[in-house]
Amino acid sequence: MNINLTMLGQLIMFAMFTWFCMKFIWPPIVVAMEERKKRIEDGLIAAERGIAEEAEAQQKAQELIDKSKNQAAEIIANAGKQATNMVDEAKNVAVEEADKVKTQAQAHIDQEVIRARNELKGQVSSLVMQGVNSVLEKEVDAKAHQDMLNKLSQTL
Amino acid sequence: MSAAGEVLTSGSYIKHHLQNLTYGRLSDGSWGLAHNAAEAKDMGFWAFHVDTLGFSFVLGAAFLFLFYRVGKTMTTETPSGVQNFIESIVDFINENVRGSFNGKNMMVAPLALTTFIWIILMNTMDLVPVDLLPHLASILGVQYLKVVPTTDPNATFGMSIGIFLLILYYSIKEKGAGGFAAELMFHPFGKFMLPFNLFLEGVNLIAKPVSLALRLFGNMYAGEMIFILIALLPFWIQWSLSLPWAIFHILIVLLQAFIFMTLVIVYLDMAHQKEH
Repeated sequence: MNINLTMLGQLIMFAMFTWFCMKFIWPPIVVAMEERKKRIEDGLIAAERGIAEEAEAQQKAQELIDKSKNQAAEIIANAGKQATNMVDEAKNVAVEEADKVKTQAQAHIDQEVIRARNELKGQVSSLVMQGVNSVLEKEVDAKAHQDMLNKLSQTL
Repeated sequence: MSAAGEVLTSGSYIKHHLQNLTYGRLSDGSWGLAHNAAEAKDMGFWAFHVDTLGFSFVLGAAFLFLFYRVGKTMTTETPSGVQNFIESIVDFINENVRGSFNGKNMMVAPLALTTFIWIILMNTMDLVPVDLLPHLASILGVQYLKVVPTTDPNATFGMSIGIFLLILYYSIKEKGAGGFAAELMFHPFGKFMLPFNLFLEGVNLIAKPVSLALRLFGNMYAGEMIFILIALLPFWIQWSLSLPWAIFHILIVLLQAFIFMTLVIVYLDMAHQKEH
């Protein structure tokens, strides 16, 4: 247990080891650790941001879906309305047409009636004339009684 | 037991174990290894403890090699295996330095790391069975071998003097020579008590390296001594004492290294503080 030069040797060795450690060992290890720490921090921040972004995107998507749903409902309602309109219109057109046809037919019938009546009137007058002829047994001057006959047929 | 052939008493066995392998100038004028304790003593100051220097160098180099290799292959990806281990140590040191050291000095943390790991390794040599390495050495013809460098006061004082020089250097650098002198002279009792202050602060200053060295040396020396005493018992009973003591000693190994490191950080922090 003598104190001797060993002490100095140990001192020098200690200094050398410390110097080596400070120069070549400590910096790379600490730098790498700091770098990793920073990367982890960045990663955590990015993850948090990603979560927020996802929520936002989901909200946006929901809004979009709602909007398109509304639009679809509107379109369907419009289409329904238009369809009823078209049906109504068609109905109106058909009714109008039917009315038109009916009035035409009525007019035609009226005309026919008039025509038949007129014909009947002629026939009746000629029948009357024949009857009168046979009754009187004498030729009646048709020309002389034409006016009277016409008046008669007019009253029928 | 180590030196076979000699008649062994307990006393000589213990003395043999406490003798360093010393290289120096022999009494006949030539340089060589001392053959016994008396010769080693006669060499005086100009001698080396080959075993202390050798073991501490090998252990320090092993520490540096391991950390250097890991530092070179450091990855910022997921670390694995040794890197995890190294990183946890570095983290531990960093935390301690950040907690106790308030100045700005890039040297303190690496110094603390070196101190911590090197002392742990040197202390751990205590857990190697007491007779194993000396016996192997004696087979190879080496008479003396003391395997635990920290049981040699030369080693602990060598380190603590290094720390002491750093304390002086940074005290003067941070506070200026005048500031440092003022701190020694006008504290704690003002300038009327200058001699007393100087004495008190001087003792305070000197006590730092002395206590550092003696605490580590004393603990390890006592531990080693107990291992040697246990080794004197009959071989079949030794394990019952050496095992518990070894387990307890693991604690001392780590604790002493930690105390040394913490005190180094604290002392350097005090050296950096301008306001006392």
